[in-house]
Amino acid sequence: MDEVKALVNGLANKHGRTRESLLPILQGVVDKMRYLSSEAMTEVARELDLSAAQVFGTATFYSFLDTQPRGKYVIRICKTISCDMHGKRDVLQTIEEILKIRIGETTSNRKFTLLETNCLGWCHKAPAMLINDEPYTELNADKVRDIINEYIRK
Amino acid sequence: MSKISIKIDGISIDIEEGQTILEAAKLAGIKIPSLCYHEDLRVAGNCRVCLVELKGARNLVASCAMPANDGMEVSTNTHRVREARKHVIELLLSEHNADCTKCYKNGKCELQNLASEYIVGEHMFLDLVPDKHYSIDRYNPAIVKDDSRCIRCQRCVRTCEQLQSVSALGVAYKGAAMKVSTFYENELFEVVCTNCGQCVNRCPTGALVEKTYIDEVWDALYDPNKHVVVQTAPAVRVALGEELGFGPGQRVTGKMVTALKRIGFDSILDTDFTADLTIMEEGTELLRRLKRAIVDKDPNVSLPMFTSCSPGWIKFIEHTFPEYLDNLSTCKSPQQMFGALVKTYYAQKRNIDPANIVSVSIMPCTAKKFEADRPEMRSSGYKDVDYVLTTRELATMIKQTGIDFLTLADSSYDSIMGKSTGAAVIFGATGGVMEAALRTAYEIVTGREVPFDALNITPVRGIEGMREASIKIENTLPAWGFLEGVELKTAVAHGLANAKLLMENIHAGAKSYHFVEIMACPGGCLGGGGQPIPTNADIRKKRAEAIYDEDMNMPLRKSHENPEISIIYEEFLGEPLGTKSHELLHTHYKERLRY
Amino acid sequence: MNEKTLKRVDIIFTPEKNYNEVLERTFRRPNSDILNDILDSGLRGRGGAGFPTGMKWKYTADQESENKYVICNADEGEPGTFKDRQILTQVPYKVFSGMAICAKIVGAKEGYIYLRGEYKYLQAEIEEELNIFHQTLDKLKFHFRIYLRMGSGAYICGEESALFESMEGKRGEPRNKPPYPTVSGFRGQPTVINNVETLVYAMMICDMGPEQFKELGSKDSRGSKVFSVSGDTPIAGIYELELGMHLENFVEDFGDGDTKAVQVGGASGFCVPRKKFSDTIIGFEGVPTGGSMKLFNSSRSMYHVLQNYLEFFEEESCGQCTPCRVGCQQLLKGIEAVKKGKKNSAYLDRLIRLATTMKYASKCGLGQSVGNSFVSIVTNFREEMIY
Repeated sequence: MDEVKALVNGLANKHGRTRESLLPILQGVVDKMRYLSSEAMTEVARELDLSAAQVFGTATFYSFLDTQPRGKYVIRICKTISCDMHGKRDVLQTIEEILKIRIGETTSNRKFTLLETNCLGWCHKAPAMLINDEPYTELNADKVRDIINEYIRK
Repeated sequence: MSKISIKIDGISIDIEEGQTILEAAKLAGIKIPSLCYHEDLRVAGNCRVCLVELKGARNLVASCAMPANDGMEVSTNTHRVREARKHVIELLLSEHNADCTKCYKNGKCELQNLASEYIVGEHMFLDLVPDKHYSIDRYNPAIVKDDSRCIRCQRCVRTCEQLQSVSALGVAYKGAAMKVSTFYENELFEVVCTNCGQCVNRCPTGALVEKTYIDEVWDALYDPNKHVVVQTAPAVRVALGEELGFGPGQRVTGKMVTALKRIGFDSILDTDFTADLTIMEEGTELLRRLKRAIVDKDPNVSLPMFTSCSPGWIKFIEHTFPEYLDNLSTCKSPQQMFGALVKTYYAQKRNIDPANIVSVSIMPCTAKKFEADRPEMRSSGYKDVDYVLTTRELATMIKQTGIDFLTLADSSYDSIMGKSTGAAVIFGATGGVMEAALRTAYEIVTGREVPFDALNITPVRGIEGMREASIKIENTLPAWGFLEGVELKTAVAHGLANAKLLMENIHAGAKSYHFVEIMACPGGCLGGGGQPIPTNADIRKKRAEAIYDEDMNMPLRKSHENPEISIIYEEFLGEPLGTKSHELLHTHYKERLRY
Repeated sequence: MNEKTLKRVDIIFTPEKNYNEVLERTFRRPNSDILNDILDSGLRGRGGAGFPTGMKWKYTADQESENKYVICNADEGEPGTFKDRQILTQVPYKVFSGMAICAKIVGAKEGYIYLRGEYKYLQAEIEEELNIFHQTLDKLKFHFRIYLRMGSGAYICGEESALFESMEGKRGEPRNKPPYPTVSGFRGQPTVINNVETLVYAMMICDMGPEQFKELGSKDSRGSKVFSVSGDTPIAGIYELELGMHLENFVEDFGDGDTKAVQVGGASGFCVPRKKFSDTIIGFEGVPTGGSMKLFNSSRSMYHVLQNYLEFFEEESCGQCTPCRVGCQQLLKGIEAVKKGKKNSAYLDRLIRLATTMKYASKCGLGQSVGNSFVSIVTNFREEMIY
């Protein structure tokens, strides 16, 4: 069994094989692989006896269930109003300069993907971003540079 | 069911509890426009065209999704309703490639009709289409999917899921990006789509249409070097009239033949002929399988045997239940048997070079277009069937010819391969192949007619999604003694959702049968994806009645009594399942990707 | 109406480590008594819609079914709202206790918390807290379990029926109503779905009695509410305030001295301009809010604010119904066209009519409330939309 098959099979054993298990399984795949490959979605369809189009349709509804390849660290910068008002642009520019990628892109070493996202719920500490599941708040150019550099060293 | 009373636009009406406002309005003779609503499908309530005012409600309500309660007061024509309706139509148009004159559905589009009714002239809102980057999938021989015409009503998605259990189409993404999509936005030919065309039949606009071959057929007709032969499927003759001014359930067989002659086909022949031939081949195949199972105790014989006439079903089993491919009858569909014979037997008899024959078929079906393109379907040495047209496409050709169909005189099919029996015509209804096979097989085995009044095997008829029937075989002829006392168990399913359930029952061992008929489309071919739009339960019922009327009116009603069938075996094929038959009339299918 | 000045309250976040004592006490009372207290308190849903909580519980309790559910809506996605995260971080056991009390009243054996994917970092903590809470329930011999389900980045899943769809493994597309959740919710069963904060207030009402709660707030808006304050304010953060306050008083306390508008209730709420601060009451009788209070000072372009909101809605609409899916696109593209001079200013009036249709014609609360911010911003800041 290849890696994807084993992963999906393990997740199905853990969460069950009903339709209700679909989201937890897709979330589990994204946790491990950072995105849902065509193969992964096909495997999920097989395990849950759904059509592949249903799996794809459900996955693409949710912003965090990416169906495009993503880096090891997915950076999501909040673009909603408070963050936008409080210097999100500087933060974004800083990241783009450090990683040499633009929004939607992944570094060539597949380590970072840079995305925008809607309100993260940290408006009082704007601007904010997530790196994978971890929130970072009250960002500015200096602060985000330190954070990204730390991830680069990881 | 208790009765309740509601008031719509001041008109009081008594209805059954549980009915929606939309249904109630229909009963009251008030038309509420709708788009996402379809009688065959579960309510979605997403297009918002059918909004009405409900007394006491803050917002407008979707009448298709709102159950009527006793004492409700509904208005369908308030200022708010009118403004909202017009806005909704405008909004749909702003996302829609409204290049109507270039659209295949021009004149037959539900959105276009609404736009015309509500006099949508100068667009109220911005045209969003240029920013949309819509794609068109034309890479499938049967169905074209044009996202720029889609209004996201999801009728197709619900059809594919609820009626067919296929879900090759789904809804993907959200917000402005939301679209109807296959898995990973692949082309239709790459996914589990069966080409059944039920989505095409339910699409209100030109987003899902059959791939048309009308121009190719005209070109062939005008080519003096070509001999163009046409065959017409059983279900076409009971539905074609709907496109040409008749109500549902009118039989127009004779008019259709006249029209085809007027269009200019060189020979107008009947798929019913090969339907009779199918019975000879498939009936014999069933009896052989039973003999191998009962007498030879051969563990490798695959039972139950499944019918193989429906190309939507064939592709479905290839994807979904490949372990049962050996259970499929090896018979090609009547269309493909016909195609193989036209370019061999017919060519010989008429002394025409098969290279110069163009073989056209008129089918109630979109999957037949795909079937004709299969690599398996070239046993004549040529493409056995060159072009497949749907019932709708034929109607278009008739209109293009300027024929007044309503007043057309009747004609008869040409010969050879134009004679048929009532057993063949009922192929067009769910249960029909089963009934036709039983009429012949029972008689072969016992020497007597099937023990049903007027040969009408009513237990296999009807509209239930899955039906079972069994016939006890008694007093057999000596050659068939091994079947003495055998209870022949059969089942019938139509609509792939029912087919899937039946297959799961069989797979789980919950049910066992000898012979199973499956048709991909609800109602069988009469409800096919290539049939006139609309198709719904009421219309299917009327077409079925017409089919059984046609059967009752035929002088011959058992396939083995068709004189042209005797001749073809004598002159050409030899015997059922003989070498020649194997070469031309039988095939095998192969497994396809499950996802 | 008696004028209220701003009053800070401390009900939600007070630590109550003895919640098991509250539960024990409450579990001993007859259901009808508890329900009467909740009804009597006047508590209305704190997620924004403001449905009376006691009625919701009563309708669900009245249904005959073996399987009923209590669901905590922690899909806090409204831009400018971040209080539920804080509640779940600081006093999760109070949320669980509210769910357990609700379960007792309606007869549910299972509860679920639907937590937005953006708060995934909280998952492990909450699960740990749930383990401890379940032990407490076991000690009290109350058979109820709470499970945590994660969202994955979809604002619309905060809409209750979309949330059920999502929990059932589907696209979060809102359902047709009726039927309402109290009759047919999660898995088609009678379901109470409450906001995080609502559940805590319900628990606290059981603790302190309805009278103390009722003393706070106004006739239509009893009690207090947790506000998420952000934007141009020197003291952004989370504050529990008495309901029924005047916006003017709020701005005095929280503004930076140059406040030109307050967006009450997030992107789907209303924008109140300075000239209306003095006669705007925050509460169900005035401008309701799920808690978001965003202040804008005179350096901000309200065109830019509206554009940001509309970009949000255009993406976060589920896309199934026409008015919302296409309407959001038209509103966004429309104000951009006016700003660029491609459409004249009269086009704004056409868009206001469209936004009004969206309010009446959309399938769910999302599409129905896009018009709130649109109409209030365009009407009050029309000049900014054009020049």
